[in-house]
Parts: sequence; structure tokens; C-alpha cells
Amino acid sequence: MAEAAAAAPALQLDGVTCSFPSPDGRGRSYTAVQGASFTVADGEFVSIVGPTGSGKSTMLNVAAGLLKPSEGRALSFGQPVTGINPKAGYMFQAEALMPWKSALDNVAAGLEFRGVAKAEARERARPWLARVGLEGFGDRFPHQLSGGMRKRVALAQTLIVDPKIILMDEPFSALDIQTRQMMENELLELWAADRKSVVFITHDLEEAIAMSDRVLVLSAGPGSRLIGEYRIDLERPRDVAEIRMTPRFLDLHQEIWGQLRDEVLKGYAQTKLR
Amino acid sequence: MRSHAKRLPSRPVILLLQLCVLVAFFGLWHVLTETKILSPFFFGTPGAVLARTWSDFASGVIWYHLGITLLETALAFVIGTVAGIAFGFWFARAPLISVVFDPYIKAVNALPRVVLAPIFALWLGLGIWSKVALGVTLVFFIVFFNVYQGVKEVSPVVLANARMLGANSRHLFRHVYLPSALSWVFSSLHTAVGFAMVGAVVGEYLGSAAGLGYRIHQAEGVFDTVGVFSGMLVLTVFVVLIDSAVTVIEKRLLHWRPQDNHGGQH
Repeated sequence: MAEAAAAAPALQLDGVTCSFPSPDGRGRSYTAVQGASFTVADGEFVSIVGPTGSGKSTMLNVAAGLLKPSEGRALSFGQPVTGINPKAGYMFQAEALMPWKSALDNVAAGLEFRGVAKAEARERARPWLARVGLEGFGDRFPHQLSGGMRKRVALAQTLIVDPKIILMDEPFSALDIQTRQMMENELLELWAADRKSVVFITHDLEEAIAMSDRVLVLSAGPGSRLIGEYRIDLERPRDVAEIRMTPRFLDLHQEIWGQLRDEVLKGYAQTKLR
Repeated sequence: MRSHAKRLPSRPVILLLQLCVLVAFFGLWHVLTETKILSPFFFGTPGAVLARTWSDFASGVIWYHLGITLLETALAFVIGTVAGIAFGFWFARAPLISVVFDPYIKAVNALPRVVLAPIFALWLGLGIWSKVALGVTLVFFIVFFNVYQGVKEVSPVVLANARMLGANSRHLFRHVYLPSALSWVFSSLHTAVGFAMVGAVVGEYLGSAAGLGYRIHQAEGVFDTVGVFSGMLVLTVFVVLIDSAVTVIEKRLLHWRPQDNHGGQH
């Protein structure tokens, strides 16, 4: 039993299809994702890239257990995902911190929900704030922090409960490019420290290649499918800013972009039609 | 941007100007009644009003009436708020209930509450409870709508995040729904306290044996305009004091919120 669990991938999606009722409430439903199947090994960093509207977040919500797929299923460490996936941590694209809690209490929240006493949860949250570079900012409320700082709090908030797999939905897309590269490097460092599995969603191909072990490409929606898979054999540890200059990075970028470009154009044409 | 807006003078200057308006108002009143342009019988005189107010406080009779009005206000506020929070949550979490009752809630809220005052006096007598009931009908709806809104407006992302962090439904209530709803309640605190007071005073005015509204009504009955204006003065100062207390409380409770955030529904 324990052996089977150890061998099971951190995440496995089996022919996942997600359809939603059309916005006007009648007629045809809208299919966001069509028959998506992929696995993420334990300790692997996988990025999913695709054009806007390709159902990237939908797949992540299925993996998190926030959304029930219309067809197919999700497994996490061999267990079918029904309801919230307890092994998963989720970093959202939008602001997800509780605005009425201080940074420290936001980080401590996950522990509190797991039954840790408030005082102890706070004590354990303190070093996590320090690890994301926010020592001394514990008393601040989210609106008193910059966008980058809020993302750091969110990162600590996600990591403190020690999820076995971290789902990240374009977590840094709202940040300026310098802050973003710093956060990417910090994330890689934190990840290297205890090698959790990561599913990282982005529309930025460079970000995907710089950070991942593997990049999956989604086709343009509706009815997005996985159309490509690329192993990124760049050496670690990496610096996301420097690695972009290496010849191997440029080769990979060219190769994947060749496929992604057509989908981006299709996706763009559809947004114009809408 | 800045250059277009006119620069305001400093705070002491503004305070001084505000004081000037007050003095000018009383001065004008004084001059008009002294010169008999306005009849002192119908308009009183500021001197007499201030003297009456002073003697009321000095003799201590006013404290009893102030206390009664304050008690009615506080009871109306507390009962209305607790009921509003309870029902607001219930309706927000039970869509069927909220859809079915929606037209009736709107109908009752549209009813001018003053017409209920005689009914309450009939049911609950001329003591404080008929005034409390009137205040409750006013406060309840403000709090109810704000809590309903607060629960409905919880960001789905914040909610999903809390669930991913392991929150069960009890945690969600305690850590997400309640703070969100309370922020809306607090932002309508001024209106709620004001309405609790309106309920108390109007109730007293329409039938009672004590309270500021009763005092004003009594003075009116014997054409004692000085008494009416004195009652109004005490009531005004009283409301301003309570309102500043609410401002202090609000600042303490909502310190997590950015200054320019949404205001509650009023």
C-alpha cells in the first residue's frame, strides 16, 4: 500500500473534460478543456503554457478539487480527487489573502484551520515570513503591502501547511518584470530545498522554460487539448534572468514557440471574434 | 492633477471658520429677535435657550430624560443589529428563502416606519419598549441589507484560498464570511446608530412619559418655543457626541481596510 502510494504520481489527470453552461443560460455549453491527460511526478516542476482562454486555470481547479470535471478524473498520489485535494496547495492569480488579517495571521491561517492553537500558529508563521523576506512586516495588512510583498505572503501561506503538490496559477503575472524575476528565483530556491511537485501555469513561455523540468503546451480554446510536451534539460540551480541567454534555452524556446505561436494566433483571432 | 484643485487652508483655520459660522448663526438669531423682526414668542432668543438648557442641566432634570433616550437608542441598536446579522446570514446562505421573501422584505422596508409608532404604543405601552421596537424596525433593515451584501460579496478567490488551506465550514464562517459581513455592518454604523436614535425620539414624541422627544413634545404643547429649541439643542449635541464615538470605534475595528475602500449601503 505504502509502496503503491510512493510510486503513484503526484498528480494524474485522466481524460479530463470540462464543460460549462453557456453564459446566456441556454443552448450549447462551452467546453473549456477537452480530454486532457498528463501526469506530474513526485518532486517534478511542470509548467503548462497556452494562449489566453485555453482553460489552463480550469485544469488546475480540477487538480485542486475546486471543480468537478464533466468527464474523466484526477488522481493525486493515487487517490481520486473528490472535494478539496488535501495534498495540494494553491497559489491564485488574483488577490487571495484575507484582507482583514495581518500578514502574519494570513500565513498562520492554514495551521489554525488544521487545529493548531492561534499562539503557536503565529510562532510558526514568523520564520515563514522571514523565509520569504518579510521579517518585520507581520503586522501589516494586505492593503499596506506592495503587490510583490502580497505574493510573498501568499507563497508563505501556501507553503506553511506543507502541501505535497503546489498548484500555481500565473502567480506572478501581475508583477513588474524585475520583481517577477526575483520572485521566480526565490521560488526555485524554496522548491530546491524540499522538492515538492509544482504545476505552474503561465502564458509566458520564457518563464515556463526557465523554471520547469517539463513544459506542456495547450491548444487554443474552446475545447483545449494538450498538444505538446517538452523536457527542459537545463542545468539546476538556475538563475531565471541569466539562463535566458544560454544557447540551449534559445533552442528550446524556438522549438516550443514554433508550436505555441499558431495556437496564440488562433486564440487571438477568437478573442477578436467575440 | 494637484494644481487644478484649490488648496484648502490648514486645520486650525478651518476650525476657526467653522466657529465663525456658529457665532454668526447665533448672532443673527439674537439680532433678529432683539429688534423684533422675528417674534421672540415664535422663535425664542438664543440667550433664553442657552439659559434654559443650562438650568435644565444644573437642576439635573435633563439627565433622566437623556438617560431614557440613550437606553432606548442602545437597546434598539443592539437588538436590531443582532437580528440583522442573524437574518442577513441566513438569507445570504439560503438562496430559496431569500428569493421567496425578497418582495416582502422590500415592501416592509419601503413602509414609512413612523406609521408603526402608534401600533407599537398600542401593543407595548407607553414605556421604553414601544420606542425600542420602532428603532429596531429601522436599524434591522440597514444591518440586514449590509450583512446580506457582505456575505454575497465575499471574493470567491479568498473563499477558494481559505478552503484550499483546509478551512471547514465553521472556519469559513469565522474567518471569511463574518469579517467580510462585519466590515459592511461597521461601515453602516453611523446610519444604524442615527436610525436607532430617530426611532427613540420619534417614538417618544408620539407618546411617552420620558425622554428628549417627550420633553420637546411637552414644550410644544404649551407653546414654549424656548423649551423646544433647548430640547433640539441638547438632542443635536447628543447626536454629534454619539457620532464621534462611533467614528472612533469604526476606526479601531476597520483598521485593516484601505481608506478609499467601498462604503456600506445606506
